[in-house]
Amino acid sequence: MSYALKTTGLAKTYHNGVNALKGLDLSVQEGDFYALLGPNGAGKSTVIGILSSLVLKSSGRVEVFGVDIDNDFPKAKSFLGVVPQEFNFNIFETPLQIIRNQAGYYGIDRRTASERTEKYLRLLQIWDKRNDRAGHLSGGMKRRLMIARALVHEPRLLILDEPTAGVDIEIRRSMWEFLRNINSAGTTIILTTHYLEEAENLCRHIGIINHGELVENTSMRALLRQLNLETYVLDIENTLDTLPTEWADFARLVDASTLEVDVRSGQHLNDIYDALSKASIRVRSMRNKANRLEQLFVGMVGKAPGDKP
Amino acid sequence: MNPFAMLIAFTTILIKEVTRFTRIWQQTLVPPAISTLLYFVIFGSLIGDRIGQMDGFDYMDFLVPGLILMSVINASYQNVVSSFFGAKWGKSIEELLVSPTPNLIILLAYISGGVTRGILVGLIVTGISLVFTDLNVFSLWVLGSVVILTAVLFSLGGFVNAIFAKTFDDVAIVPTFVLLPLTYLGGVFYSIHLLSDFWQNVSKANPILYMVNTFRYGFLGISDVSIGFSYLMICGFIAVFFVISLYLLSHSRGLRA
Repeated sequence: MSYALKTTGLAKTYHNGVNALKGLDLSVQEGDFYALLGPNGAGKSTVIGILSSLVLKSSGRVEVFGVDIDNDFPKAKSFLGVVPQEFNFNIFETPLQIIRNQAGYYGIDRRTASERTEKYLRLLQIWDKRNDRAGHLSGGMKRRLMIARALVHEPRLLILDEPTAGVDIEIRRSMWEFLRNINSAGTTIILTTHYLEEAENLCRHIGIINHGELVENTSMRALLRQLNLETYVLDIENTLDTLPTEWADFARLVDASTLEVDVRSGQHLNDIYDALSKASIRVRSMRNKANRLEQLFVGMVGKAPGDKP
Repeated sequence: MNPFAMLIAFTTILIKEVTRFTRIWQQTLVPPAISTLLYFVIFGSLIGDRIGQMDGFDYMDFLVPGLILMSVINASYQNVVSSFFGAKWGKSIEELLVSPTPNLIILLAYISGGVTRGILVGLIVTGISLVFTDLNVFSLWVLGSVVILTAVLFSLGGFVNAIFAKTFDDVAIVPTFVLLPLTYLGGVFYSIHLLSDFWQNVSKANPILYMVNTFRYGFLGISDVSIGFSYLMICGFIAVFFVISLYLLSHSRGLRA
């Protein structure tokens, strides 16, 4: 099996004594769409910082497509495209200048750089703004500009650190579509996000970091199978004052027309619907009370991904 | 990265640097022209006539080389310190640091940007000086080499300052409290022979004195100091600052945690 990224015993202690990573062993298969999750301060950004050379590791080994960063970091970097959490482009430059310059830093000739700049600015729907100052773009456009910049050298591994933070739902979904497409075309993607719905929708494998250690590293499907109980919220047409007493262990009334129903692993939704039908309760709509991944995540690290450490 | 790719990265950074300082020419090219014009008018024409001769030359002729080199020093220093610190402050420097561009290429390109601005400003000031005096060139080779080496050295100085600086105030401290006094006391306006032996010796600890005198030698053929020693000293400083800059680029906490 070939790995896009493999870290062995990766550790980082900052000069203020904080142990951000404590011997992290992480491997991401080539072609994967991998979610790297963890609460704030867990060490995700430190991993990304080490990969992009903005953070110097204290010890351990990092290989990108088999290239050890201690042996040939420039080559390892040429495989990587990084979309950081914070905007880090010159706000006085235009998207055209930013993307072309980035291509230049990777040694791409001017003609190819111009072609790719147009290609990615069009794909990310900011071509019309190519001559505007980057500082004048909206938040969503700035995020897409950073994705275009990370792609201009056509990296084999794309790392996205919360790429959809502060982006409206329409643009977020178009970005998901875009990311799915480039992953299908062969680019390995590592995604960190606080939107667990995003991770659940996009990623095939998942790693959860907490306190600088990997507490889970498995496939999304296997992880979700660990859920013992899912709670659904039902909007019903009837109005109810009380529920049948035999429902007490799996259903609760939120208000007169809203029910919460627990479905345990091995139980089928049909059983619930049968019981509802027998009680002449008609369901108008149904949704998960919480994102499934979020339920698992909170169970593993004891807090939601956006919570402060 | 192969050599051709490195060349592309180098020219990309250099073009970006030149585009930056020419885009804001009102802030980068005009002020040195105005301030030097005032120096020429006040110290050269108005006061200079009363001073008479300095080391056997009209005061204006004595003054011109120092003022040209002073503008080159300030321009090359300011270009690198403001550009690199601005990129660091706005985090756009990360675009470069995450790329495979070697640190050596990053450093050379920023130095070249500083040298380009330094030489351009030097040419502008030289053009202005022609309004006030006829320039005689004693050694074009000395003029060219000293101006380039001085611009390289102060570009490196600006680079080191930018890496250490945490705020815009830090960027202003060195030019105000170090560069300006050293330049003014570095023989731009006077010959150190006017000073007592003690202050002459003190002045010889000022590296800018050697650059100014060597540059003046290129115009007038006179110098208060040894030309050979000046070259040695400038090249020595360049080597030291170059190594420091490269080390900081790889290890500085201001750039990489």
